Amino acid sequence: MIRIANGQGFWGDWLEAPVRLVEYGPLDYLALDYLAEITMSILQKQKQADPHLGYARDFPPLVARLASQIRDRDVKVIANAGGVNPLACAREVVRLAPGLKVAVVEGDDVYPRLDEFLAKGYEMRDMDTGEPLAGIRGRIQSANAYIGAFPLAEALATGADVVVAGRSTDTALTLAPMVYRFGWTHADLDQLAAGTIAGHIVECGAQSTGGNCQVDWQTIPNLADIGYPIVEAEPDGTFCVTKHARAGGRVNTHVVKEQLLYELGDPKNYITPDCVADFTTIDLEDAGPDRVRVTGIRGGPQPPTLKLSISYAAGWKAIGTLVYSWPQALEKAQAADRIVRQRLHQIGLSFDEIYTEYFGVNACLGPAAPPNPDPPEVQLRIGVRGPDRKAVDRFTRELIPLVLNGPPGATGFGEGRPVVREIVAYWSALVPREEIKTQVELVTQ
Amino acid sequence: MRIPLSRIAHTRSGDKGDTCNIGVIAWEPRHYPILRREVTPERVQAHFGDLVEGPVERYELPNLGALNFLLHRALGGGGTVSLRTDAQGKTFGAALLRLLIEVGPAEMG
Repeated sequence: MIRIANGQGFWGDWLEAPVRLVEYGPLDYLALDYLAEITMSILQKQKQADPHLGYARDFPPLVARLASQIRDRDVKVIANAGGVNPLACAREVVRLAPGLKVAVVEGDDVYPRLDEFLAKGYEMRDMDTGEPLAGIRGRIQSANAYIGAFPLAEALATGADVVVAGRSTDTALTLAPMVYRFGWTHADLDQLAAGTIAGHIVECGAQSTGGNCQVDWQTIPNLADIGYPIVEAEPDGTFCVTKHARAGGRVNTHVVKEQLLYELGDPKNYITPDCVADFTTIDLEDAGPDRVRVTGIRGGPQPPTLKLSISYAAGWKAIGTLVYSWPQALEKAQAADRIVRQRLHQIGLSFDEIYTEYFGVNACLGPAAPPNPDPPEVQLRIGVRGPDRKAVDRFTRELIPLVLNGPPGATGFGEGRPVVREIVAYWSALVPREEIKTQVELVTQ
Repeated sequence: MRIPLSRIAHTRSGDKGDTCNIGVIAWEPRHYPILRREVTPERVQAHFGDLVEGPVERYELPNLGALNFLLHRALGGGGTVSLRTDAQGKTFGAALLRLLIEVGPAEMG
């Protein structure tokens, strides 16, 4: 049995979580997931500004903080912190923690190869909209292939203490130690599917140990020191999900079911670079305090294609707010919204979208919100987006004047004018998997 | 009798681009058939009204006593494009718990 923990569900997750995972009990592997769809484009911009950047900058100092403990306890760290610059990330780890052996996995960055792919006839149509990539070619900012567990397992086989990858899948971080330690091959379909589903359960950190959990949330112990999830994996593909006993939180079948359903598509076809996992074959069982046993998982072979994560510039947006107080708070906010739209129209501005929410009435739940006929205050929240930065900037000047020249009772403008932001949108597409060749190397200063 | 979905189920929701997914999980496995009968794609679509512009798909996970709904074009463009507060659909699951469903007294017993 090996113990694999996940200590980060995204870049920006709780900084103390991985430290406590190492301190609170036994562990063999510490997986850290830093990359969301949008993170890659942020990192690409940072790399353009400074070729030594483009990775999750929290990661090297974290490894340095943990260095003596992971060496003493023989904990291996595996992370997709490399972003769009895994080698720079690995070098920084080596610089800050010189006693550790560091391996890097490269080859996921296909930004320089997009024209070659287009020339080969790969249309790279967006998996959501079906549009061909050629339409946004000039606006692309980053392009990376999702890579699976086998390159990461290869990196672990070098004996590295720390494995740094770029755009590996979230689930691969958990599956890779199993592939390496148990010697699983591409033919071990059910085991690969099981390790993938283990990865899905823990990839969002504390969402599988009682965080963001509807199940009796008021009674979940000690969320302030919530334990992040640990998979106890067996060579046959069965596993338990648990947490360190000292840490807060809760692990039971209800909690794990919520996370299994999180960001799920077709449950029979959960496609990763490693396999196709079937969520309808999962058997869950409460197997003791804060312990869920998972068995029965079946899977199919790896797909012939790999998915690309592409980011591209998609215009500009700004979102502004004003607060209207009782009485008639909602009516005042609605009147102000009509005035803003009329003034934008009068000066000849148009946008792809103008979207209004009434915070406190319908912002989150929309038509499904419970009625709130006489709210004590309402926040008017208006957003616009479009291709013309100047038009979006002009919009940001239309809210504060309403405090003096619109309906009565407006306040809450202390933050000043809204900020204009560039929209970096996400595009996913498929290419034949033979096009993606990964390389593993050990990094020295 | 009519009861809110929250009486027999809990939920978690999230995003994939402009698609919102909602997992609906029966508190007790014996209530899963009620979910299958009552929580149809049509009713989910109607519950969210014009918040959801595309179709609603439903998948079944009887092993977990759960349904998975995909609400397409539901997040105002999704991710960084969306102008909504809940651009990731995090609160859609809680919103669905207000859905009123019809159950017989014997089914609840």
